[in-house]
Amino acid sequence: MSPVSLRRWGWIHKWSSLVCTIFMLLLCLTGLPLIYHHEIGHLLGNEVEPPVLSTPTPPGNVDAVIASAKELYPSKKPMFISQEADVPEIWHVTLADHMHDHDYKPIAVDARTTEVIVEPAFEGGAFMSTMLALHVDLFMGLAGKLFLGFMALLLLVAIVSGAVLYSPFMRKLDFGTVRKEKSSRLKWLDMHNLLGIVTLTWLFVVGATGMLNTWADLMLKYYQQNEMAQILAQYKDKAPTPHTASVHDAIEKAKARLPGMRVAFVAFPGTDFSSEHHYGIFMNGNEPFSSRMYQPVLIDAHTGELTDAPELPWYLKALLVSQPLHFGDYGGQWMKFLWAVLDIGTIVILGSGVYLWVKRGKHANASAKAAAHERPPAAPQRVPALAREGEPS
Amino acid sequence: MSRSPMQIWGAPIVLAILTTIGLVSALLGDGVWDALSAVTLGIPCLAGAWYCLRRRPAPRANG
Repeated sequence: MSPVSLRRWGWIHKWSSLVCTIFMLLLCLTGLPLIYHHEIGHLLGNEVEPPVLSTPTPPGNVDAVIASAKELYPSKKPMFISQEADVPEIWHVTLADHMHDHDYKPIAVDARTTEVIVEPAFEGGAFMSTMLALHVDLFMGLAGKLFLGFMALLLLVAIVSGAVLYSPFMRKLDFGTVRKEKSSRLKWLDMHNLLGIVTLTWLFVVGATGMLNTWADLMLKYYQQNEMAQILAQYKDKAPTPHTASVHDAIEKAKARLPGMRVAFVAFPGTDFSSEHHYGIFMNGNEPFSSRMYQPVLIDAHTGELTDAPELPWYLKALLVSQPLHFGDYGGQWMKFLWAVLDIGTIVILGSGVYLWVKRGKHANASAKAAAHERPPAAPQRVPALAREGEPS
Repeated sequence: MSRSPMQIWGAPIVLAILTTIGLVSALLGDGVWDALSAVTLGIPCLAGAWYCLRRRPAPRANG
């Protein structure tokens, strides 16, 4: 690599990472508890457990489930009801004043007895909901998401440029060398390079899928205004009708249409996942892969008739595949643990990067020397560049 | 003495391939797929931790 291109890549690496570092540090720190959100929820008592019934009881009527929840807040309307794949005993009902209400009420109802179990802590309690907000949008909604998405883009640039710089820095070193005895800066430079190259693929995937996730709201809006609008063209100028159709029957219709699939959630008319006239029944498969995919079934909320069961467009499928790759929630406890280890490794990379920048006095010098070694007619007795930028440690 | 590109990139490429296998395999299934993922993702983690934490660098490390 010529000294000029080395300097260029160095400049790209320095500025792309310096700008995003503080936010990446925030994302790493808030992401760490989010990896273990289920476990933390249990620990804090914010995770709802299904009550143990004395006799096995089949699932009850979903309309009764919704009615039980509404008794707590008669003035509010259901926005979503959902079920986790491994906890079919519970319906999570969210009640709200309107269909874009951020201050909704979550209520856990027993799917069998149709009685309310508890009104759980909002979004997993104050601690977890704060972590989530800081991780997702910095409390700033779509603008915060897109901003963090841009920071993720800078991270990807920093990763690529860092990988380009790896080879000139390693020309004189075996893989894994950490020169601890020379100077503190040299030690951290070696650890930065080592951890950077070791976590490279993982961090790139997590960064890229994180960026993709910041565009989820936009993708959903696009979907509604395009594919969804075409499917529902016949409803375009229809006057609002009362949503009197049974949700229970709607779910049964969806199950009959897509046998073998389970209901993940039902979106009520007016939410981002349905139309003004439909219940959006979102079904999951039960294979490891298809359980990540959603297949919506649109049921007319007035007549109860099935309108359509459209496949999701490719970009929403891509989003759904990208989500587990970001969350690390698809490989059991070991994967969570390794996600946490790699997260901590990333924190070390970020911290050492800042440290190397602060102690940058001799950095340019070192880069130039490293580059000089690329050219064959280097002075014969020249010492290895990065080995000898020695400063008292 | 300079390292050849293969000497520089050999280990990183192996770790990248292992990481990719680890990320994809757990998507494909549970049980043995998750175990494969844990091993292949675990190796880069162990490599990073081992080289950062070991006391003495290898003899040739000062190249």
